[in-house]
Amino acid sequence: MTDASASPAPDPAPSSAPALSLDGVSCTFISRDSPGQRYTAVADVRLAVAAGEFVSVVGPTGCGKSTLLDVGAGLLAPSTGTVAVFGRPLEGINKRAGYMFQSESLMPWRTALGNVMAGLEFRGLPLPEARAQAGEWLKRVGLGGFGDRYPHQLSGGMRKRTSLAQTLALDPDIILMDEPFSALDIQTRQLMENEGLELWQRKRKAVLFITHDLDEAIAMSDRVLVMSAGPAARMIGEFMIDIPRPRDVAEIKTSARFLELHAAIWFVLREEVLEGYAQQLRAA
Amino acid sequence: MKHLRLYQIGLLVVLVAFWWAMTKPGLLPNLMFDNDRQAAFFFGEPLTVASRIWNWFVITGDIYRNLLVTLTETLLAFGIGSVLGLAGGLWLALSPLASAILEPYVKAANSMPRIILAPIFAVWFGLGIASKVALGVTLVFFIVFFNVFFNVFFNVYQGVKQVSPEVLANARMLGASPRQLLRHVYLPSATSWVFSSLHTSVGLAFVGAAVGEYLGSSQGVGYLILQAEGSFDINTVMAGILVLTGFALVLDALVGRIERRLMKWQPRSGETEKL
Repeated sequence: MTDASASPAPDPAPSSAPALSLDGVSCTFISRDSPGQRYTAVADVRLAVAAGEFVSVVGPTGCGKSTLLDVGAGLLAPSTGTVAVFGRPLEGINKRAGYMFQSESLMPWRTALGNVMAGLEFRGLPLPEARAQAGEWLKRVGLGGFGDRYPHQLSGGMRKRTSLAQTLALDPDIILMDEPFSALDIQTRQLMENEGLELWQRKRKAVLFITHDLDEAIAMSDRVLVMSAGPAARMIGEFMIDIPRPRDVAEIKTSARFLELHAAIWFVLREEVLEGYAQQLRAA
Repeated sequence: MKHLRLYQIGLLVVLVAFWWAMTKPGLLPNLMFDNDRQAAFFFGEPLTVASRIWNWFVITGDIYRNLLVTLTETLLAFGIGSVLGLAGGLWLALSPLASAILEPYVKAANSMPRIILAPIFAVWFGLGIASKVALGVTLVFFIVFFNVFFNVFFNVYQGVKQVSPEVLANARMLGASPRQLLRHVYLPSATSWVFSSLHTSVGLAFVGAAVGEYLGSSQGVGYLILQAEGSFDINTVMAGILVLTGFALVLDALVGRIERRLMKWQPRSGETEKL
């Protein structure tokens, strides 16, 4: 089950290039004020997400998981290594990817509908058509009657749904999600996880899902990758999740296979979490 | 505060009553002046001032021509100055090289007492409307310019998070081109600072118009004030000042109304409409 980081990730669809692949990616940040200070967030990361595959990355807080997503999205150029999208090297923004951010990323001056249609509008779709499509997506995430609300008039869960609709409305081939549900309460969270899975099941896009919640990672993914504590975080484990779909995130948490996988992954993750915590204590 | 307006009006009544009592010849014993008409001569009398305004607006109606001139100057200065200030501020804020080169000039222009340019503008643009507009534009431009420039600049480049980096990154991921980013992210997030500076600018646009007229012109409310001052007619001077103040308040209220309409996306304190 566990793999050393050096061995290549098994590609479930070897015939075609993976939707997103990172090869030997390292990110070193230089402090703007004193160029001598460097911080290496991730080092020599190799990962591939096949088309239609749901991959989660778990790791202790502050290990550079979000950095990986920024690299995959093309928002951040890696210090070393290459990024390829469907076999082609990535330059600039990853146009085939949708990115659901961890923090609030809706435009506060646009209504829910305006936010969902923003991407369509940017791509030059005629406004009435963009509005109609966005309306459909709002209905699909259960916000049919809330299109005219501004983000500050929506609850946290509703804003997340709006973000989800905003990302999915562009029908991206790759979906990058950065702890999208971490700010939600546990009930809303399970609801959103199930809805997210259902939407994913219908379209089967490649998903790279970042979380620090191991339960969430196992319940949703085909594959879970474990990162070490930062700085210079690496991939230290890989687990195939062979629980049959469709899944209900609340129900499968009590199944025997889930508990087995959880124990196996936690065994690898635990030391890194403790290490990350110790580092934070030393820094403080 | 339910009776806020009542208190505000009450305060006005008290102030005017005080003014009236202090200047009414023979009402109070003379403490400051040799002669009981002197207070009225220096400070005007509220009733005479009111009748002057009434005369202007209702009986002779000769204020309208002058008011129209002053308002035209003000609105032109306000409009041109705001648009140029917004454009210049955004441009410098989003172009680090230009702002680095122009920084000392911007600082110098800001610390210069710009009202002193009025006589120069009169020489350049003549005694008509143009020189007043130029002065008003200069005053308004810098207010809007600095507000937009410093806020956008510091937010985008120094990392203060008013233009949230996530919103920006999100818009880029949604496929926004640099122009669309300007139109859909930078401009809307700049609106709150633009409006805060517009409120200051309204007053300054009036200052530009009135001072310009006062220094040399043949029409406008500032010209009326200048004429009255020449004949020591304090009541007319006061009337002119009150008329200008009144219209500045009206214009400010208009800006406030537009602001409320455009800024309704912004949460207000005390608003708890969560669903």
